[in-house]
Amino acid sequence: MTKLQVEGLSAFYGQSQALRGLTLELSGGEVLCLLGRNGAGKTTALKAIMGTVPPSSGRLVLDGRELTGLPPQEIPRAGIGYVPQGRRLFTELTVWENLEIGLMTRKTGREALEHALELFPVLRERMQQRSGTLSGGEQTMLAMARAMCLNPSVIMLDEPTEGLMPSAIAGIREAVIRLRSEGVAILLVEQRVDAVLPVADRVAFMDHGEIKAELPIAEVRANPDLLHHYVGIAARPARPATC
Amino acid sequence: MDLAPYLLLAGLEGLVQASVLMLTALGLSLVFGVMRVVNVAHGEFYMLGALIAWACGAYIPGPPVLGFVAGLLVAPLAVGALAWAADRAVLQKIGYNPEGTIVSTIGMLYILQQGALLTFGPDARAVDAPFYYTIRTPWFGYSSYKLFTVAVAILLVAGLWLLMRKSKVGLLMRATQFDRETALNFGIPVGKVYSAVFAIGAMMAAVAGVLVVPNQQAHYLMGTDPLLLSFVVVIVGGLGSIPGTIAAAVLIGLSDGLLSVFFSPTLAKIVSTLLVALVLIFRPEGLFTVKGRRA
Ligand SMILES: Nc1ncnc2c1ncn2[C@@H]1O[C@H](COP(=O)(O)OP(=O)(O)OP(=O)(O)O)[C@@H](O)[C@H]1O
Ligand SMILES: [Mg+2]
Repeated sequence: MTKLQVEGLSAFYGQSQALRGLTLELSGGEVLCLLGRNGAGKTTALKAIMGTVPPSSGRLVLDGRELTGLPPQEIPRAGIGYVPQGRRLFTELTVWENLEIGLMTRKTGREALEHALELFPVLRERMQQRSGTLSGGEQTMLAMARAMCLNPSVIMLDEPTEGLMPSAIAGIREAVIRLRSEGVAILLVEQRVDAVLPVADRVAFMDHGEIKAELPIAEVRANPDLLHHYVGIAARPARPATC
Repeated sequence: MDLAPYLLLAGLEGLVQASVLMLTALGLSLVFGVMRVVNVAHGEFYMLGALIAWACGAYIPGPPVLGFVAGLLVAPLAVGALAWAADRAVLQKIGYNPEGTIVSTIGMLYILQQGALLTFGPDARAVDAPFYYTIRTPWFGYSSYKLFTVAVAILLVAGLWLLMRKSKVGLLMRATQFDRETALNFGIPVGKVYSAVFAIGAMMAAVAGVLVVPNQQAHYLMGTDPLLLSFVVVIVGGLGSIPGTIAAAVLIGLSDGLLSVFFSPTLAKIVSTLLVALVLIFRPEGLFTVKGRRA
């Protein structure tokens, strides 16, 4: 079974350290959520794993294979699919071309594509459309489908529900649950805990570039105030203060 | 005075110039578009193409057409390999830092120029056209070779377009051009794509040099003019845009031809420089680019 191990990953932007010894372990069929407020270092954590922000120290191991220090283009080829923050579609390219790039990453075939399209059937009718002209929800679906085209054993999603309507969020959530049931290891970044409660198995709270605590979801459910304690974010969207 | 023959002649000359310019400028534009590198040495690849074509003509026995065909194959391959090596050895090492690439391509310009001087000497070298058939119009005869140049240029540009739009390699190039980081996130070997693009850009210039050399002698300083004109075309057409570059090359080539025939070559240069200034002031994204989107 899939096992992703991240050990003591640190990263800098110039002189400033944005990631301080990130350590986590993730197995297939499991959803680990990374929570934290703006600037906590969540995106940096994913970029350090992907190698596009080169880690200054630490290790990355996938299924016993040492990925530490590989050039960035080798990380996705090892089977890590990535849905970046803001989706980062190739908006000038068509839907099909975006998917084709995903298929080329690991030379996966028809099957991976069919699987992705089965989860997001709307994309089927839009293959020749320029992806920048898709609706926000469709763009997120395409970003997920593109990552699924790698037939990845790990998928990392960076705030996939950002700016989406509840119905679209439900669709993304369903897809995540489906992938988990198929044994994919999922690292899900969100800002708000209510976005992840329904899908998470474990929750890690990040602040100032490090994980402050990691808890099983049952504990988080039982005690939403923990969040406030760890990273100072409210469990529910903030309401006007009443007391 | 009957104007028609002059117009026709000027139009033909302009077209020939436009097609060579189109090749050179497309190479420059491709490199800038994908790699964000302003390749100041681009004209030297053109010069090398021309000199290699001369060498092929001079050292390969038999009819001129043999040497020409050899030049058409050898020049782009040799120049492409050189550009590939230059990318690996220099540009990649400095991480494609924008100021660094300008300085180092200026360095390449001098190295290539002096290298050519040492190898080929300072003389201008004439090359025989591969064929001399003259097309007769009622007023003047016109070199069929020049029209052949136009045809080859159109074919090559069509080829480049197909490569970029229809092939997997082209897809990788476009993805890299659009978003380098996301390209890496999807396993695209951006370093290799850059080397390939730099080589292809240089090959386009080299082919232009091969094509031009039967009309115009080859020598080690011939790279400057095409470099400047290519910059003009690329700025007017919109950096990194293939259709814009083609349109601008035709516009500049034709206006250059017409103005040179009817007035003077100097006026032609003044007009094109003025055009660049106006474009930079009023439409810095290029005449033929839709705002906010590169075609
Ligand atoms: N390219 C960069 N150069 C310099 N500093 C950066 C860069 N990218 C991020 N940072 C800084 O690193 C820190 C962590 O940023 P990061 O994007 O990882 O936060 P985040 O947790 O993803 O926030 P958000 O929820 O807003 O997406 C921030 O202080 C940010 O300003
Ligand atoms: Mg972020």
